[in-house]
Amino acid sequence: MSILIDGSTRVIVQGITGREGSFHTEQMKELGTKVVGGTSPGKGGTTHAGIPVFNTMADAVKATGANASGIFVPAPFAADAIMEAAAAGITLIVCITEGIPIQEMIRVKDFLRGYPQARLLGANCPGLITPGEAKIGIIPQRITRPGSIGLVSRSGTLTYEVASALSAAGMGQSTIVGIGGDPVLGLTFRDVIEMFEKDPATTQVVLIGEIGGSDEEHAAELLARGTRLKAVAFISGRTAPEGKRMGHAGAIISGNRGTAKSKEEAFRKAGVPVAETTDDIVGLLR
Amino acid sequence: MKLLEYQAKEVLASLGVAIPPGEVARTADEAAAACARLGPVAVKAQVPVGGRGKAGGIKLARTPDDARAAADQIIGMDIKGFKVPLVYCEAALEIEREIYLGFTVDRDARANILMLSAKGGMDIEQVAEESPDSIARLYPNPWRGPLDFELTRLVFDAGLGELVRPLTALIKKLYRAIPDYDALTAEINPVVVTKKGDVIAGDAKLEIDDNAAWRHKDLEQRYGALIEGDPYEVEAKKRSLTYVSLDGDIGIIGNGAGLCMSTLDLVQRAGGKPANFCDIGGGAKAEVVENALAVILMNPKVRGVVINVFGGITRGDEVAKGIITARDNLSMKLPLVVRLSGTNEEEGREILKRDGIEPGVNAWAAAQKIVELTRVGIR
Repeated sequence: MSILIDGSTRVIVQGITGREGSFHTEQMKELGTKVVGGTSPGKGGTTHAGIPVFNTMADAVKATGANASGIFVPAPFAADAIMEAAAAGITLIVCITEGIPIQEMIRVKDFLRGYPQARLLGANCPGLITPGEAKIGIIPQRITRPGSIGLVSRSGTLTYEVASALSAAGMGQSTIVGIGGDPVLGLTFRDVIEMFEKDPATTQVVLIGEIGGSDEEHAAELLARGTRLKAVAFISGRTAPEGKRMGHAGAIISGNRGTAKSKEEAFRKAGVPVAETTDDIVGLLR
Repeated sequence: MKLLEYQAKEVLASLGVAIPPGEVARTADEAAAACARLGPVAVKAQVPVGGRGKAGGIKLARTPDDARAAADQIIGMDIKGFKVPLVYCEAALEIEREIYLGFTVDRDARANILMLSAKGGMDIEQVAEESPDSIARLYPNPWRGPLDFELTRLVFDAGLGELVRPLTALIKKLYRAIPDYDALTAEINPVVVTKKGDVIAGDAKLEIDDNAAWRHKDLEQRYGALIEGDPYEVEAKKRSLTYVSLDGDIGIIGNGAGLCMSTLDLVQRAGGKPANFCDIGGGAKAEVVENALAVILMNPKVRGVVINVFGGITRGDEVAKGIITARDNLSMKLPLVVRLSGTNEEEGREILKRDGIEPGVNAWAAAQKIVELTRVGIR
């Protein structure tokens, strides 16, 4: 078992003919993901790497019965692509695209209220992977292995680093979920932990947070209420100064909000050990 | 992009917000001339941070001589790490009362929040802490913006009912900064009600979303060059790097924001002080590594550099070759520690070693190594 995605998930790649979309579609297929179609307006009716291409998401869903999508279109078109997927009935929308204007994401979030069945992951995220089964996005399968640890993270390469260390230590993962580093995004730590909680195949969970916002604190509140999962947290950006944005649009400390200290304290108060470095995570899980 | 006060006022004025007459001055003489034209003025430091009043960055001047003296003191002053490049001389207002008005992105709500308070002129975060009820709030629908009745309620909730007409009109104009300019934060604090009854923006803050910069090239062209104070950040921006200056002496390069931030943390933990944050993104291409190294080496304080690359799909041997090329092209002599991981990482490490670059087995070891190497010679 796993959360959100498994070998039966039927995926459409939005922006399949672009460089990124094209490359990562191959990677997704290689793992065994059922990529049933792609979209690229104007190229409907053709095939790309053996996958049928459609002009619109509505056409793609009608023809393939897809229930998930991965978005690789450029930033100026990505917000619209998310809404198009929701309107077409997609239930898991994974937006990899980085750099979507925040006001557009605020409008997307409001739009998605009309589609409660649609779950958005991202944007500006590496996507998700259930090792050995399927993935949507760009997490390299090579560094993952099937197992019982749920991994949820706001960062891309830091997620790879941790997944790789876990795999090397023989600790496999149920599902790895990258929620993304933007201030306005889809699924939160809290949403993903609730799903892990209900997944019998997941027994432990690792949270990789960073400075900015209070999603980590909300997740800690949830874990404090009691969980069957053994949890470990890590926060990056302890030494980041106030008012300087550290790469991710969401990674900024304003006033006393969003500091690594407040997040680490919230986890400790919830009885969740906080790793000093990513290398310590493996030891804390043992 | 955080605009300076005079820039924010220009933008808000273009949306119909009333602002006092004012002039930008780059020298003390220009400030004196501005005062001669405008009468009594407030001479205000233009820096993209708050708290300039407390730092002595705002002075009242009745005469051109006063203005000259004030500008002389303020221009070149350091306010929270920003050297003041110019002052804004603004006609002094006859203040009857001060109001707070602003909007920002409420991250928890994933929405914009409009705020209005009769307690203007103070730091709104302090007001929020001490008397949260004195701030009226509204979450406007992001597709249609605030409706008239919602704004009327907001104004009455703030206890400002007698100003309902001018304030609703003002809020509507300010709100245009969202659809028209992709503003993330806008603040008029204070909104000044003058003795004559005019409603004018006494100060203005405006932050435009960098993700939407492609839609607002005009703003970038008009103001971009003036805003950034840090020379390395300016250079990094020219080279399309995600770079932030810090005040230490160890240069940091990482691929991915989270990984890069955690590298800063590790260097600090090992007893070192990071000179910067620099995220080179996914592929870690040779050209990008070279650009990043070039900017970091411009800073004379830098005593060594650590590169932390986790290649998911990127090949370690290619990254290693790229780093060596970059180092050689720049004739870099300072200690360099590289932590490489990913496909062909062993080959990558071999290549580095052969060329005299210290490969770190993991990020923590690399952080300790660079701290050790840069300490040599410091007693």
